Amino acid sequence: MAVVAAPKPSEESNAKTTNQPNTITLRIARSNPSEGQESAFSEFQIPVQKWTTVLEAILYVKQNLDHSVAVRYSCRQASCGSCGMKINGRPALACYTKISELNSNIITVEPMNNFPIIRDLAVDFKQLIANHKKMKPFIIREDSEVTSESKEFIQTPQDLEKFLQFSYCIKCGLCNSACPTMATDTSFIGPQGLAQAYRYVADNRDKGKDDRLKIIDDSHGIWRCHFAGSCSHVCPKGVDPAMAIQLLRGYLLGFKK
Amino acid sequence: MRESIIMKIHYGTALGAVALVAVHILMRMSQKFSDSLQYQNVIANYHFLPYALMLEAVLILLSVHGFNGLRVILLELKQGSTYEKMINYGSLAAMAALIAYGSRTILMAGMGVS
Repeated sequence: MAVVAAPKPSEESNAKTTNQPNTITLRIARSNPSEGQESAFSEFQIPVQKWTTVLEAILYVKQNLDHSVAVRYSCRQASCGSCGMKINGRPALACYTKISELNSNIITVEPMNNFPIIRDLAVDFKQLIANHKKMKPFIIREDSEVTSESKEFIQTPQDLEKFLQFSYCIKCGLCNSACPTMATDTSFIGPQGLAQAYRYVADNRDKGKDDRLKIIDDSHGIWRCHFAGSCSHVCPKGVDPAMAIQLLRGYLLGFKK
Repeated sequence: MRESIIMKIHYGTALGAVALVAVHILMRMSQKFSDSLQYQNVIANYHFLPYALMLEAVLILLSVHGFNGLRVILLELKQGSTYEKMINYGSLAAMAALIAYGSRTILMAGMGVS
């Protein structure tokens, strides 16, 4: 006769322990420059599961411990580019970074570098958006797409491949935050703007190449990139702004037409 | 001048300087290093016209490249219209002054004026 042994009390308690969430220390940089408040860290003990993201941990703080923490977020799925911040010293999207991946019980979150701080983790995107607009991020053509004779611009898969990865940019600003040139040159267009310029220059439907090349050929334009490559390293969408900058230089140096 | 033209000059002068300085080093290696620094040997370099012209070219290439590099570094350190104008014209003036002073040395040594 088969005997099924009931779990011993010690085994039962072990099983419960493994399902218990771990606790980590979340350090959040707090500052309010408009009121002259210097940056200081607030520490919170947060229960986390292996799937908990940094954004969820911050929202746990807002809901349960301190609702005054300022953070910008929206989609929670790395699509909107709102929750960029420095996580343990590295620019990343809070919604796309799991705490379990960081291999640390102390998580430090700070606002992104190279952006003016609004409050706590929220930074001002005015310059990034202005530089993005300056690149004329749209197809420039004299003729309209909507005509009776041709209703589309023919583009082969090879044509599309030239710029496709650059169209994945979500304007999260992580590349600009990681850029060493942006740290000292506040007038620099930045990897985000330059990558967007390339995205449209490489698009065979676009006729605004000369305009865009003129805009980036400035004393604070494309030539100030030192090819550190950190912009490409931190991009959450796999865009390679450093490569876009080198390819754009090819147009300006006459290697590409 | 457009920045792309300035940078083409910057890259061109770097390549030119590497080539000519290599020639200069090879010429120094044609004799013992201590001999190449003897007064008569140094003066002989300036009296040999092709070599004096090469030294003049090295002077121009390195001055243009070096001062443009310095201009770029200073522009990245600080921004502002007045500051940037000052840096642009200042580096151009320093470049011209160095070339003028170096050319004077080459010319005087070539003509035997000490």
